[in-house]
Amino acid sequence: MNAIISLSRRSFIIGVAASAGGLSLGFNVPFIKPARAEGSEAAPEINAWVVIRPDDTVVIRIARSEMGQGTLTGLAQLVAEELNCDWAKVTTEYPSPAQNLARDRVWGNFSTGGSRGIRESHEYVRIGGAVAREMLIAAAAAEWGVPASECTARMGMVTHAASDRATFYGQLAAAAARMTPPANVTLKDPKDWTIAGKPLPRLDTADKLNGSQVYGADLKLPNMLNAAIRACPYFGGKVESFDAAAVAAMPGVRTVVQVDETAVAIVADTWWRAKTALDALPIVWDEGPNRQVTSASIAAMLEEGLAANDAFIGAKQGDAGAALSAAGRTITATYAFPYQNHATMEPMNATALYTPERCEVWVPTQNGEASLAAAAEAAGLPVQQCEVHKIHLGGGFGRRGNFQDYVRQAVSIAKQVPGTPVKLMWSREEDMLHGAYHPTTRCRLTGALDADGNLTALHMRISGQSILAAVRPQGMQNGMDPVVFQGLVLSGTEGTLGYTVDNLLVDHAMRNPPIPPGFWRGVNLNQNALYVECFMDELAHAAGVDPLAFRRKLMAKHPKHLAVLEAVAERIGWDTPPAAGVHRGLAQIMGFGSYVAAAAEVSVTDGQLRIHRIVAATDPGHVVNPAQVERQVEGSFVYGLSACIYGECTVNGGRMEQENFDSYEVLRMAEMPDVETIILPSGGFWGGVGEPTIAVAAPAVLNAIFAATGKRIRTLPLKNHDLA
Amino acid sequence: MARLIINGTPRDIEVDPDTPLLWVIREQIGLTGTKYGCGVAACGACTIHIDGVATRSCVLPVSAVEPDQQITTIEGLSPDSSHPVQQAWLALDVPQCGYCQAGMIMAAAGLLMQNPNPADEDINAEITNICRCGTYNRVRAAIKLAAKAGEATQRG
Repeated sequence: MNAIISLSRRSFIIGVAASAGGLSLGFNVPFIKPARAEGSEAAPEINAWVVIRPDDTVVIRIARSEMGQGTLTGLAQLVAEELNCDWAKVTTEYPSPAQNLARDRVWGNFSTGGSRGIRESHEYVRIGGAVAREMLIAAAAAEWGVPASECTARMGMVTHAASDRATFYGQLAAAAARMTPPANVTLKDPKDWTIAGKPLPRLDTADKLNGSQVYGADLKLPNMLNAAIRACPYFGGKVESFDAAAVAAMPGVRTVVQVDETAVAIVADTWWRAKTALDALPIVWDEGPNRQVTSASIAAMLEEGLAANDAFIGAKQGDAGAALSAAGRTITATYAFPYQNHATMEPMNATALYTPERCEVWVPTQNGEASLAAAAEAAGLPVQQCEVHKIHLGGGFGRRGNFQDYVRQAVSIAKQVPGTPVKLMWSREEDMLHGAYHPTTRCRLTGALDADGNLTALHMRISGQSILAAVRPQGMQNGMDPVVFQGLVLSGTEGTLGYTVDNLLVDHAMRNPPIPPGFWRGVNLNQNALYVECFMDELAHAAGVDPLAFRRKLMAKHPKHLAVLEAVAERIGWDTPPAAGVHRGLAQIMGFGSYVAAAAEVSVTDGQLRIHRIVAATDPGHVVNPAQVERQVEGSFVYGLSACIYGECTVNGGRMEQENFDSYEVLRMAEMPDVETIILPSGGFWGGVGEPTIAVAAPAVLNAIFAATGKRIRTLPLKNHDLA
Repeated sequence: MARLIINGTPRDIEVDPDTPLLWVIREQIGLTGTKYGCGVAACGACTIHIDGVATRSCVLPVSAVEPDQQITTIEGLSPDSSHPVQQAWLALDVPQCGYCQAGMIMAAAGLLMQNPNPADEDINAEITNICRCGTYNRVRAAIKLAAKAGEATQRG
């Protein structure tokens, strides 16, 4: 089926993006009418997405950020597919956030999170490629004086077979740029793809092998100074005083500055000298109102919510309360999920150059437009006088999107040394102490089993922190945070519960401790999959039914959820016994628009866990690059198993206790199981890839640990439990 | 003043002797392929070679390096990304964000120098670098591929 797409659709897409993006920082983004395309005659811009150089190099513009997830390559494949260009001649570039604003947001949303990079832009980038192709054909047809309908475009060349003429795109680009874009284009059926859908190597690998890839931390500008920063480690605290004179004469130090109310920075010739002076700087903190807050006090707050009367309802079917009261047999369990840090390998950083007329920022960012808004706000300048240069990210995982604290700090510092670029880089300790933490929630689940072992009622009471309430209150729905219910709702395309339970209630008692929460790769799907999938395992065992068979009975109306689950069960050999000493666990969930499942094989010997093998399956609807999907799925288990085994930030005295990788441990190579990925694209929808499979890592492994030991682990991380 | 031989070139550097070698390499020599990740030798992003031995440079004071020791960074591993480890990394398209990969590659190249045909247990023991994107399985496969290529070179 080919989709005929009217170009007027694009204005709708951009309109939606604009209302969701620019306003989120309480900031009016003025739209300036576009100047004409910037491409010179030497390298004409066919349209916003495509620039073709005379040597036939095709430069594809990528609006979303590349942070390792492969989106840059995938988006380029989609444009190139419709452009019918030679993939070997493709290169990419980022348009800047200021250009996007100046051109009426022609590139749409820059935000790169929620596994949305491809699934929410595939259509308009393909249209961009198709329009450029038609303009190239039109240019060739005009030059030859033949009907465009008689010309074809293939491999970077337009051909008119009847007159045996052909010419390369590079020769046509200047004329094509002057053509009127077609009103309608027809997008290819994915089954006809030759560039998209193929396991092509990434476009950005070579520079990562020899040290030439420049990350934000590596940026060098003429006359640049370096800044190290320390913000008040107590949440809600601020700077009371500091003794700049004590370090002013230390080597390399240029100035000691306060940054907003909360932080002190030292600007020096090198970062090491700035950090050394900062370590010697006497700072007195106003510790603020949260000195009594501890992990235990937060746990008590959430425990209260588990039984509280007030709760927001995320999913409701039948009457769970009545059914549970009347049930002959109920099972109850309480699970808990701790705070966790993103811990990107590249600590937060940004470089700013401020003058009273202009502010420029260079930053590894998941959302260039949010960076631009933050820069303008911190600079106190109109957005038209600001620019953000997006730099490659050393990991993002949600930390570098919504939260632009490091941009505001960098601009605040640069304002105090106007005319000189300043690179601000956080130490790892700063990064650990000032996260936007994967929030803590707990869940009490109560299920009713009838005499035949069928689940007749289920109540999931989630208690805990809302991300939206803290960071994006405009996304709340009458006080409710819908994100808390990821993967547990009954309708929509983002992530529905894969089970039919006649009497179901999923509700949330919002309890917000004074710890800054954030979007963390997988977001609330990680907690929710742990709760529902471990509890399904508990119910199956209570009913004396095989965990796969128990789920199957509830999944008749959820064939796509079931298909990925069946796929991992089959591949791991669920119906045949595992090797001696090896035990298995299963989990499935839907999130970020995709259906995912995992099966794990583990052994536990003298309390030592070994994860031997993971089989994962994903149905993201369409697949743009199966090789990159495989890498994302494999990587998601490193992230998910790190969280399962080690991930925990504990609060004591109103601050985090973990400051570095020696106390905030993560998975390393020795513990990494084999991961086999099954990709089952069923078509008809576009789901995300970077996040959803993280969520099934922990429950699959914990269910396997139960099979191995009879121990039911209900609180993460595993390192706190004795498996012997 | 310190004299260092970095990627074969002697360099005289005005530096406080306590400065970690990582920061001399990054900020004074200007080679930024070697990364800062933790500053406590826990993550391996700063791995370089000293006389062919993989070494974490973020806690090593520059004064601890002898003037005749050979320091090799990712930029000096090969002139053209032709080192067998770099070639294996390219063949398997290993990096994701890539930030930890210079350290990974240097650790892998160091391992293969000591042990040209490492078993899984050797890789587990020696490659303890942190990758948050999750490239471990491809790192392992690439080390084995590089080992094979090295064997072939030796035989050939």
